[in-house]
Amino acid sequence: MYRYDDIDQTLVAERVDEFRDQTRRFLAGELSEEDFRPLRLRNGLYIQRHAPMLRIAIPYGLLSSTQLRKLGDIAHRYDRDYGHFTTRQNLQLNWPKLETVPDILAELASVQMHAIQTSGNCVRNVTADHLAGVARDELDDPRPYCEIIRQWATLHPEFTYLPRKFKIAVTGSPADRAASEVHDVGLHMRRDADGHIGFEVLVGGGLGRAPAIGQVIREFLPLPDLLSYLEAILRVYNRYGRRDNIHKARIKVLVKSLGAAKFREEVEVEWQAAQDSAPHLPQTEVERVRAFFAPPAYERLTDIDAAADREPEFRAWYRYNTRAHRVPGYRAVVVSLKKHGRPPGDITSAQMAALASLADEVSFGLIRVAHDQNLLLADVRQQDLYATWLALRLQELATANIGTLTDMIACPGLDFCGLANAGTISVARDIQKRFDDLDYLYDLGEIEIKMSGCMNACGHHHVGHIGILGVEKHGEEWYQITLGGSVNGFTALGEVIGPSVPQRAVPETIERIVDVYRAHRDEGERLIDTYRRIGMAPFKERVYASRAAAA
Amino acid sequence: MRRVLRQREIVADDWRHVAENSGATTRAESLIVPLAELRANGAAWAAWTGRLGVGIAPADKVEELAPALWRVSLIAVEFPSPSEGRGFTQGRLLRERFGFAGELRAVGAGVKRDLIFALARCGFDTFELAAGEDLEAAARALDRYTAAYQPGGRLASVTRQRFTA
Repeated sequence: MYRYDDIDQTLVAERVDEFRDQTRRFLAGELSEEDFRPLRLRNGLYIQRHAPMLRIAIPYGLLSSTQLRKLGDIAHRYDRDYGHFTTRQNLQLNWPKLETVPDILAELASVQMHAIQTSGNCVRNVTADHLAGVARDELDDPRPYCEIIRQWATLHPEFTYLPRKFKIAVTGSPADRAASEVHDVGLHMRRDADGHIGFEVLVGGGLGRAPAIGQVIREFLPLPDLLSYLEAILRVYNRYGRRDNIHKARIKVLVKSLGAAKFREEVEVEWQAAQDSAPHLPQTEVERVRAFFAPPAYERLTDIDAAADREPEFRAWYRYNTRAHRVPGYRAVVVSLKKHGRPPGDITSAQMAALASLADEVSFGLIRVAHDQNLLLADVRQQDLYATWLALRLQELATANIGTLTDMIACPGLDFCGLANAGTISVARDIQKRFDDLDYLYDLGEIEIKMSGCMNACGHHHVGHIGILGVEKHGEEWYQITLGGSVNGFTALGEVIGPSVPQRAVPETIERIVDVYRAHRDEGERLIDTYRRIGMAPFKERVYASRAAAA
Repeated sequence: MRRVLRQREIVADDWRHVAENSGATTRAESLIVPLAELRANGAAWAAWTGRLGVGIAPADKVEELAPALWRVSLIAVEFPSPSEGRGFTQGRLLRERFGFAGELRAVGAGVKRDLIFALARCGFDTFELAAGEDLEAAARALDRYTAAYQPGGRLASVTRQRFTA
């Protein structure tokens, strides 16, 4: 993975000093709440429902064991012994004390981490495919380019106060495991006829209010132009994006109002005009960064049937929680943060420490964060899988439910978030309880449930096969259910099934949707496929007609 | 008299905004006039013999100013609130695209010490700080970082930079 040089280390250290000074001035009454707010937000610090929340950046979801150990240690010493992984591959601490945040940042800097631009109206953490570098369907590893973008975007003076937040995702695989088409900018790696690396550039995707799928404005952007072109996009957005209405300030609104063709023209004109002043990306720098992502020292192995003659639980885990690897003899292991009864994405300090040690033993000391709120050990020898499973099981990180209905995404919701309209954690728990039988889950096959506690859609509900959106109705928590959303290579936004349902009815509603699927499915068909084939009507009829009958 | 931070020095301001009432106006005075006013009464202002500065608002297009830059000694870019970020782009465009070499001044309620470093990196050399701001502290903020990733305005403190133009 990337290692900081003198420039990187100096910048995070000086950022800590700056924030320490800002915090001191705020606590001393020299800085008003109004003035401190944008400054703390730029450093990932929210004031939430109960306490501050600190969002720590995990660039493109890659962590060393040293870093994960440090995160566990920070959660133990400064918080309540756990952290929460988000859909943008970051880690949130829910209970830090404001006055200790500068110390937390200093601890992070000691392991080459930070919380810079994890919030606020600026360029946020750059995300990537969690199987980058090991996926069989990958054109090339996107992470070096994520790192280059991370550096370019960090403390970029011109884009200090954009109209709104700005999220970039990069994928090197057609399967798009990074949800890049619902980002402000999505970059798809491509090769031209001569084999040179470049990017297809999508702009204006996003969830939240008025969800939109990104539109292509460049079929092939040559690598040397990466930063100058991004700078042109950001400049057009910074100049012309709306600032009068927070709900219309994302770039997707600008792209929609201008039209993709006109937006593209604005960017191209700006890009041409800025050739002399925009940052240049020399090949030497590309090579320097790429070298950090060279494949680890894989052994020469052959594939084995690691599940043969093992107990059924291991075979299920192998099937659901491991993934193919491009190198023979290896598998990628998904570490499930979806144990039933636990909030999706939560992990304790002890689990972090244990996982860090396990990564040292079996996966080159590296851990990845997936946008669906699980972790990965990406490079495990097939012969080590059984021992890995035993170790994960001991830590309660081996629930064999990856890709099933209970491997759901959920934002922290009303329990923590100041923006939420409704709870998500309790709903997730009720769904887990209703679908607690693994064999039943396996029979239902691949189902993605994604849940957000408000329109901001941190839980990506629009692109869930089943989406759940919390809404507030007369002071009560209600939930709007959508069907048919997806990402992963075929991006579609879900359709609302009908009127929202009260909290207690959510598991039952999911059950009825699943019943329709089971009644109609063809051999090998997933719920999403059945929905696409038979449409909304049968689902709608079952969900509401039976409700009326029951009432 | 107002004091401003100009090229790292805290100095008495020798400019006046046209909206500021200072009693008698002499034609030799140094005056900052909003772009909207110049647009409306260009002919009258062409006769101004004193130094002329132009004030631009966040929504103003700096391209409009380009043909008249030879006549302008100062450009004051308005930052009316801490969340207004268009002025950063205006600053860079004026310096890098239109080659403006005069005084580039950040003005308004959003000009506070925590923004000084980024403003300076975007080409601003003078800061007319928001009321109540500590000028000495603002001057120190110009040395906040010693490294940067992006190309930008030359600052004495920045000795290492990753990307160049």
